[in-house]
Amino acid sequence: MSDPTRLTIAETREALTAKAFSAEELAQAHLDAIETGNAALNAFILPTQEHALDEARASDERIAKGDTRPMEGIPLGIKDLFCTKGVRTTACSHILDGFEPGYESTVTQNLWDAGAVMLGKLNCDEFAMGSSNETSCYDPVINPWRRDGSDAKLVPGGSSGGSASAVAAYMCQGATATDTGGSIRQPASLTGTVGLKPTYGRCSRWGTVAFASSLDQAGPITRSVRDSAIMLGAMAGYDEKDTTSVNVAVPDYEAAVGQSIKGLKVGIPKEYSMEGMPKEIETLWHQGIAWLKDAGAELADVSLPHTKYALPAYYIVAPAEASSNLARYDGVRYGLRVEGDDIIDMYEKTRAAGFGAEVKRRVLIGTYVLSAGYYDAYYLKAQRVRTLIKRDFEQVFEDVDVLLTPATPGPAFALGEKSGDPIEMYLNDIFTVPANMSGLPGISIPAGISGEGTPLGLQLISKAFDEEMLFRVGHVIEQAAGKLPEPEDWWSVS
Amino acid sequence: MKIDDATVRHIARLARIKVSDAEAKTLENELTGILGWVEQLSEVDTDGVEPMTCVTDMQIHMRKDEVTDGGYPEEIVKNAPESTDNFFVVPKVVE
Repeated sequence: MSDPTRLTIAETREALTAKAFSAEELAQAHLDAIETGNAALNAFILPTQEHALDEARASDERIAKGDTRPMEGIPLGIKDLFCTKGVRTTACSHILDGFEPGYESTVTQNLWDAGAVMLGKLNCDEFAMGSSNETSCYDPVINPWRRDGSDAKLVPGGSSGGSASAVAAYMCQGATATDTGGSIRQPASLTGTVGLKPTYGRCSRWGTVAFASSLDQAGPITRSVRDSAIMLGAMAGYDEKDTTSVNVAVPDYEAAVGQSIKGLKVGIPKEYSMEGMPKEIETLWHQGIAWLKDAGAELADVSLPHTKYALPAYYIVAPAEASSNLARYDGVRYGLRVEGDDIIDMYEKTRAAGFGAEVKRRVLIGTYVLSAGYYDAYYLKAQRVRTLIKRDFEQVFEDVDVLLTPATPGPAFALGEKSGDPIEMYLNDIFTVPANMSGLPGISIPAGISGEGTPLGLQLISKAFDEEMLFRVGHVIEQAAGKLPEPEDWWSVS
Repeated sequence: MKIDDATVRHIARLARIKVSDAEAKTLENELTGILGWVEQLSEVDTDGVEPMTCVTDMQIHMRKDEVTDGGYPEEIVKNAPESTDNFFVVPKVVE
């Protein structure tokens, strides 16, 4: 048996049906990979071995009966933001120490109903606030990629750094992730994986730890565009328990993979060509344009004039919503409690001990912009700007089918390199935030290798509920980019 | 906009987060930096622009007004740091 951890979800689906190996063997191979590799990468914070093997054996029974479901036996990692029944869920924050939900998030329940197997819970930035996975209370995740000729530890991006690192290092075949300002697409770009943020409302937010509710959206990180389509098909769907879940039928996403893009109109937004952008990002973008042209697409220069205001507006809206959402962590109902002289003192001490520095910063910014006298100047202003950002997209999508942009302003950086200055860290999400602000779907596809020998991604953004367009065009980029190098395995110990 | 020490302490109080003197000093600089940076939004002409209330064009659906869940208080208090008889226990609030 060749190593089943190297297969894509689509390949594994066939191999399981052909009984090349069992779901139990497949789960065990991944558990072994976690056992030997996780100490170096710190992607999994809670492997669930017994649970995984039980589920895999149940899948084998179904396979034997020919009663397979769309993701039967596929081993997945689950970001610690998704509540998993009876399995510790903390959003990588001390404030949720020891929390074991009595319920399952809708997205993970949908995956289990489709036959997928949970290998364990994945590290992430605390409450998904971060772009490097350095804010987790379980310590940083390490990127399996290294710079040429260097063994310096690189970040995998964030906040879904554990998801991206685990998928890139073959510890799971796919992972759930969430994206509030770029937390799926940015780590995907930095680890050479495919990261999809669906349209706001496509996947239920029920049972997912809330960060900024008008922006949060769950999606998959995988090793191919086809796998992304398979996984979204299982995750997505209407959910009565989430009032912003949209009741639109889930199409056969996989059918879009491989469709011709001849005659499609691809927009190139000029505002994404930013001053000081590294040459290699510009070059990769031009390469992407050439690939799509070669495949028969028509290219058009377009303008999204409010692009540069998306990030500052985001840093008002997201902290404001976070300060409200995180008010629930009060030391009374779950998680950490630090005793105090009275109830207020107990709240203050609990939250001081439970939240990390980045979370505190954002809660305080949010509290400030929502406080009396500042609400109009900051929060309402940002929401007006948000209307303009969304309007920009609506206008260009009257003329084009999809937009092509860089995914990140640069490749993976070293641990500690950007953690000293919050704003420098925030700038990582400059190309990804506008899609969140507008509720639009976006995907990051591995497209090339940086001068340092690490991966770079290109981003596609489409109209709301047109994820099929992302898979269709994304597949063309994936094919054109060809087989990219893989990170050399330095992390496994035998 | 300069965020001074008194403002940091005021918003920390509103947010119910105790901050040490050293933390307050760092936050003073960081919050001033971040709020100064978002200040660039004042360049944007937003006269007559409606603030966004929902990012998708959708109608919030109504569900039937009926009880669909509940009846397991022991599950609800299971994760509480302190509980008695299925109630959450908090420090004394009223003397």
